[in-house]
Amino acid sequence: MSRRRRSTSFYVLSFIFLLFVLFLYGPMFCVYLLSFQGPTGGMSFPMRGFSLTWYQTLFEGGRGVGDLGNAFWRSMRLCVIVAVLSSLIAVAAGLAYRRRFFGSNAVFYTAIMSMVVPGIFVGFGIALALSLFGIKSDWWYSGVGAQLTWSLPFGLLIMFIVLGRFNPAYEEAATDLGATPRQRFLYVILPIILPGVIGITMAGFTSSYDESARSALNMGTGNTMPMELTALLGAATTPAMFAVGTLTTLFMFTLVIGTLLIIGRIARRRQVRLNAATA
Amino acid sequence: MNKTANFASLLQITPFALVMLLLVIVPLGIIFVVSFFDYGYAQIIPSIIWDNYTDIFFSRVTLDLYITAFKHVAIVWAITAVLGFFIAYYVIFLVQTNFWKAIFLMACAIPFWTSGAIRMVSWVPLLGREGLVNQALVGLGIIKEPISWLLYSDFSVLLSYVNLLTLAMLGPIANSMAKIDQSLIQAARDQGATEWQTIREIILPLAKPGIAIGSIFVITGVMGDFFIVKKMSGSQINTPAGSIMNMITALEYPPAAAQSVIMLIVVLGIVAAILRVVDVRKELTQ
Repeated sequence: MSRRRRSTSFYVLSFIFLLFVLFLYGPMFCVYLLSFQGPTGGMSFPMRGFSLTWYQTLFEGGRGVGDLGNAFWRSMRLCVIVAVLSSLIAVAAGLAYRRRFFGSNAVFYTAIMSMVVPGIFVGFGIALALSLFGIKSDWWYSGVGAQLTWSLPFGLLIMFIVLGRFNPAYEEAATDLGATPRQRFLYVILPIILPGVIGITMAGFTSSYDESARSALNMGTGNTMPMELTALLGAATTPAMFAVGTLTTLFMFTLVIGTLLIIGRIARRRQVRLNAATA
Repeated sequence: MNKTANFASLLQITPFALVMLLLVIVPLGIIFVVSFFDYGYAQIIPSIIWDNYTDIFFSRVTLDLYITAFKHVAIVWAITAVLGFFIAYYVIFLVQTNFWKAIFLMACAIPFWTSGAIRMVSWVPLLGREGLVNQALVGLGIIKEPISWLLYSDFSVLLSYVNLLTLAMLGPIANSMAKIDQSLIQAARDQGATEWQTIREIILPLAKPGIAIGSIFVITGVMGDFFIVKKMSGSQINTPAGSIMNMITALEYPPAAAQSVIMLIVVLGIVAAILRVVDVRKELTQ
């Protein structure tokens, strides 16, 4: 293939894209670099030597790190529950939409509304409802519930995309061969939509981790990670916050890359099998 | 068969529909009801009054808050729309292979894996009085004294919004552009259209659904925000969402509810207006 001559617009837009990436990453690199600030250094440059002092502060529970350890584990439990529930409920809902059913439009538009309404209103509404009915909020029901109002519509949209590409012939073939509905789901549908299901679980997990607008008012006692970080932000005077940022980013990075690798692996294995079958 | 199939669908949608009903519809309905209630110290008194609304409509403060919010929305929307459109155009049409397209889009998303709160502090070493930007400007002799309005000002609030929300615009636009048939572009080029004409006559109209969805994310994102504006302005700028949050923290639920109702009408009105332009269901599900 002969290369088309690059137009001027390509170079101009490349430059703009580069600036945009710098704009996104500039602050982040400051965080990563400054987390290794020397013991006498502050939250701004210059670096006064390199050290792991601030990581040590973090793990030994020094000044300015509050109750981050507990907040992290509370957030992790929440993330796992939200991720599992959203994948189960959203997959079921997605499957329902393969047929027309009574109220399908109403449910769809409620889901869209739940996505576009600013989070504080959903959070405030749930908090009001709980206080009117005299129920005390706690992370494992009202906290989880508040976060589901965001992760479920998102999961449903992913299911729409996944099922939009689903070829119904596979399912019909399974029915013709005498598969029960249970077998049809376990051995035909689920393996095909598995990458999408993993995607929904992952999206539920990551969105739950940084969500507080909807859930902050409904967590009961004890902060989650974003709430604790926000509380610490006002009083933050040391690079310990940057150490938290670096560690949590690394954690997210591992998780997301790991998930993408698994999805990629499933897709590749499927391609190999398809090639073998058609050869 | 048909009847059992319909029953199966209803069964499958039930958990989803229940969450939507109990945690979205009912709570929003309760906000509406409580907005008419009277209140005392940290308690709600269920009697219908109009005071919560008259207080809002006869207050100059409310108007000022909305003017601030609309100013933010207009500026952020304009910048993210232009930036998002051209970056999406660059990645989808000018970057050659699918592999690099994916890498470039991924590169835009990675910074969002860092907690929002941390991303707010991350501006301090760059824009603060002793930050890199001031150090560089002073070092180059462009300014004598460090500029103080880089951080905790209108500027830093807007910068932060653009930084966070451009991706919300870029993503849906790139998605719309990726669906455009390449042969359309080729045909335009064969007919002698310049690159600019192709963008204006073919790509822009076909990318409209993406722009609409991106706009919804950006507008609701800015209107509903109370956190970024507070942190990045150093609590100096207030918005309607911020004032609602203040009332909630002060346990003044009924006036907060009345403010919320007004705000919901404004936001959902804007969203409805945008949705008239584009069929979201078609755009989102294909």
